[in-house]
Amino acid sequence: MNFETTIGLEVHIELKTNSKIFSPSPVAYGADPNANTNVIDWGYPGVLPTTNKGVVADGIIAALALHATVEQHTHFDRKNYFYPDNPKAYQITQSDKPIGHDGWVEVDVDGVKKKIGISEMHIEEDAGKNTHERDYSYVDLNRQGTPLIEIVSKPDIASPAEAYAYLEALRQRIQFTGISDVKMEEGSMRVDVNISVRPVGQEKFGTKTELKNLNSFNYVQRGLEYEEKRQQQVLMSGGAVQQETRRFDEKTGETILMRVKAGADDYRYFPEPDLPALNISDDWIKELGDAMPEMPTKRRERYVNDLGLTDYDAMVITQTKEMSDFFDATVALKADPKMAANYLQGDVNAYLNDNHVDLQATKLTPANLAGMINLISDGTISSKMAKKVFKAITNGEEPKAFVEKHGLVQLSDPAKLQPIIDDVLQANPQSIEDFNNGKKRAVGFLVGQIMKQTHGQANPQVVNKLLMAALQQ
Amino acid sequence: MNYFKQDLASLHADLVAKKISSKELTQATFDNIKATDPKIDAFLALNEEAALDQATKIDAAGIKDDQPLAGIPVAIKDNIVTKDLTTTAASKILANFKPVYDATATEKLAAAQMVTVGKTNLDEFAMGGSTETSAFKQTKNAWDQTKVPGGSSGGSAAAVASGQVVAALGTDTGGSIRQPASFNGVVGMKPTYGRVSRWGLIAFGSSLDQIGPLTRGVKDNATILSAIAGHDDHDLTSSTQAVPNFAGDLNDAASVKGLRIGLPKEFLAEGVDDDVKNAILAAADTYRKLGATVDEVSLPHNKYGVAAYYIIASSEASSNLQRFDGIRYGYRAQDVKNLEDVYVKSRSEGFGDEVKRRIMLGTFSLSAGFYDAYFLKAAKVRTVIINDFKAVLKDHDFIMGPVAPTPAFDLGAEIQDPITMYMNDILTIPVNLAGLPGLSLPAGFSNNLPVGMQLIGRPFDESTLYKAGYVFEQNTDFHLQVPTLGGQN
Amino acid sequence: MANRINRDQVQHVAGLAKLEFTDAQLDAFTPQLDDIIGLFETLSEVDTDGVEATSSVSDQLNVMREDVADDWGQSHALLKNAPDAARGFIKVPAIIDESEDN
Ligand SMILES: [Mg+2]
Ligand SMILES: [Zn+2]
Repeated sequence: MNFETTIGLEVHIELKTNSKIFSPSPVAYGADPNANTNVIDWGYPGVLPTTNKGVVADGIIAALALHATVEQHTHFDRKNYFYPDNPKAYQITQSDKPIGHDGWVEVDVDGVKKKIGISEMHIEEDAGKNTHERDYSYVDLNRQGTPLIEIVSKPDIASPAEAYAYLEALRQRIQFTGISDVKMEEGSMRVDVNISVRPVGQEKFGTKTELKNLNSFNYVQRGLEYEEKRQQQVLMSGGAVQQETRRFDEKTGETILMRVKAGADDYRYFPEPDLPALNISDDWIKELGDAMPEMPTKRRERYVNDLGLTDYDAMVITQTKEMSDFFDATVALKADPKMAANYLQGDVNAYLNDNHVDLQATKLTPANLAGMINLISDGTISSKMAKKVFKAITNGEEPKAFVEKHGLVQLSDPAKLQPIIDDVLQANPQSIEDFNNGKKRAVGFLVGQIMKQTHGQANPQVVNKLLMAALQQ
Repeated sequence: MNYFKQDLASLHADLVAKKISSKELTQATFDNIKATDPKIDAFLALNEEAALDQATKIDAAGIKDDQPLAGIPVAIKDNIVTKDLTTTAASKILANFKPVYDATATEKLAAAQMVTVGKTNLDEFAMGGSTETSAFKQTKNAWDQTKVPGGSSGGSAAAVASGQVVAALGTDTGGSIRQPASFNGVVGMKPTYGRVSRWGLIAFGSSLDQIGPLTRGVKDNATILSAIAGHDDHDLTSSTQAVPNFAGDLNDAASVKGLRIGLPKEFLAEGVDDDVKNAILAAADTYRKLGATVDEVSLPHNKYGVAAYYIIASSEASSNLQRFDGIRYGYRAQDVKNLEDVYVKSRSEGFGDEVKRRIMLGTFSLSAGFYDAYFLKAAKVRTVIINDFKAVLKDHDFIMGPVAPTPAFDLGAEIQDPITMYMNDILTIPVNLAGLPGLSLPAGFSNNLPVGMQLIGRPFDESTLYKAGYVFEQNTDFHLQVPTLGGQN
Repeated sequence: MANRINRDQVQHVAGLAKLEFTDAQLDAFTPQLDDIIGLFETLSEVDTDGVEATSSVSDQLNVMREDVADDWGQSHALLKNAPDAARGFIKVPAIIDESEDN
């Protein structure tokens, strides 16, 4: 039997705002439990929510970034359910008229490009956090009211690899807008997935299962891969897939049954009477759209077509807006694009990984990186010397000043190099004979001797040229 | 000291002239309450110490001419939160609840230096029309203690009618200011939706609730409304419309000459007591004599108001009251094994029957498979009802009619019969559905019980209602009659 | 009794609302709710074809707050009001069902 897979993703993204979506309490992390809460966050009797304009703006920006249609006549709804981290026992969300609908992102899986649809996206409030101990749970409402955007995919995703690519595309595009950090490991991006399989040719979708506890894109893919196989095996053995929620076990790579879904939940949605409806103007949408940074796909096109980068380089450089902005600024300072890309992917990324920092938290600047690259390009320093210079620019030092201070200037002047080469040749007649007998290794030895004489400052290209000329005389 | 015959203006004059001090007035108020409350049970809590402190401070600072409310006692319905003063909404689930913040309306009264003397009784969470669903006590009608005071602002209405206070705040979701005002022979205003901030009003039906004043006279009512009205950053549904000095035009020059008044035939239909009908017809004649025209008009969908209202209000209430879950504040059941127990037992022990009934109706109306037939249908009928009012108010300055089909009924008479109780609201409910201002004022008597008249205006046109009410008051003496409770009168 | 709602449905709705009723309460409540729902059904007499639903009568539209944080300093008083609290957390008996939702 051949199967086809249908995957749905619900992605929650925490927005980076100053205040909560419906209360002015600060949005901040690492505070004492319940420190960032007020009567609104606690759902006190008599309180009313107030809509944060910044969150609505972010919702519009996200819709634009995901090619969605902005719903201009929108409002909030209440979703009713009891839980200790949900103080009003309803979440203020959007159900009837989500702020964006019918968007898409393009993904590239093994060279095949595909558009994946987004059915809707809405803004809503996050819940607090429960910590479970033996007989009690402990509720912290600091996160209550943190703004979220929820993005729901269309049933277009046909494989776990596509799911991964979709998440990566979402993450990148949202990251480029600057409305969220979109970091799964920090909880600012959370993913719920559902998956079903059906025999090829069957019209009806198969029964879907939900997966929880997916803390990285990798786990999403692995969990889906496991679940895809498991469902296929159930069907092949004549069984039926149950509608259930399963948990991904990071250690074993398996999914484990959490609970079987008895029936549909009944959230009793209705329009939120405490908040006036929103009428989003064309002008506001245009203003936000105009201010939006260039998206990663556009940047990649530019990098490949105008700057001659490879697809791969362009992809790596556009992982984050900070990296891409850094690259653009470096190139704007006349640095060779290919070299700039190589440094960012190589030394810079290694440095960030080793030190567990984000690019913007370092002392690296586009000016200093461009300065260093230009010193290499004009032959002032060798790439070997550049290692030292790179270390210096990570400490915020200006490359030219550093090179001068430490005498790291490369010896490229033929008039200065020729006498040294002559001396070396004179001192090593055996090597000349070896060369004449066809032993090319002799060249390496001679270059080494010349480098030794110049304390490593000789320009290898110039040395090579002069040496070969002398040997072939 | 008896200030039963005094209004805000005369009390203010006495305070400015130092004929009395705020402290004396406040003390007299507590004395009055202590003398009369055993008979009517209007108050759930008194704020004696803090009130006397505040009055002393106000006296020390001196009361100036431009502080018309300074130093004058006021009572607050107990579903409006007052910082550091127990606020219960007359529910066991909030029996010992101390809010940590103030409602905007009470904050504004405090800014005007009114002295909060206590919290008045109500139907639990304002759900009821007789104050009989209060978990704590049964308030009685100021005119006849075998009768209900109406509800849900029964405590506030009885407190004003009995002379305990000159003014009180009530709340009105389906008639809860106007009907008790009518039953107790006082003046009550349900302002336009959005006129007064709902911040700090414990929500019942969020799209219907409004805070408003209950007073002995129209002018006092207008003065209080100006003090509590206005846009509030805490309530985004509150209007940015400018707030007039409502009492400013209420003088000898006030007139209804040339005004067109609509009298809906549905308001005098079957089920409305003859005495009530006659009082309204007499009032219509009074207005005609004063130069207004009164036309028969029609609000054809009025009879659907009750059903639409009980769906919408109950649905909103079912959601609003979910926060009372025993987790963060208020009553938590003790004998619990797990979280589910906390929820179910706290709520089942904490809420009374009428509240449970409304929660059940609302939950049902919103639930899967029933939403379209009930909640959505009601929301559409609401539009139809709004359009009825728009049509009449297009060429009428206001609408007049009774407040309730009957005067105050016997204690215990209807509490077991929810539908009969709900139908009592048939004349007040449509006004909330449409968000219009509604003024209730004394217009007659039936067997020594007051009969109220309701004036319904265009959105944010409380001024016309106050003017028409004031002119009526100037030409009648219903408002001058007071109940005899013994003690102070 | 017209049976617009039966005992089982009443139980189901009570479950959604986190309320519980004794058998005697159910016996009394069910016909009462049924009568009231009967009243609700009179709305079907009103022609609402093409009529928009009204969910608010506020005259306000597009009212929003600027994204400025303001700490009202209430957290201490709020925790003091909680029926049970520990180490700055609100303390509740164990949660059995682990279904977080948003
Ligand atoms: Mg969702
Ligand atoms: Zn969500």
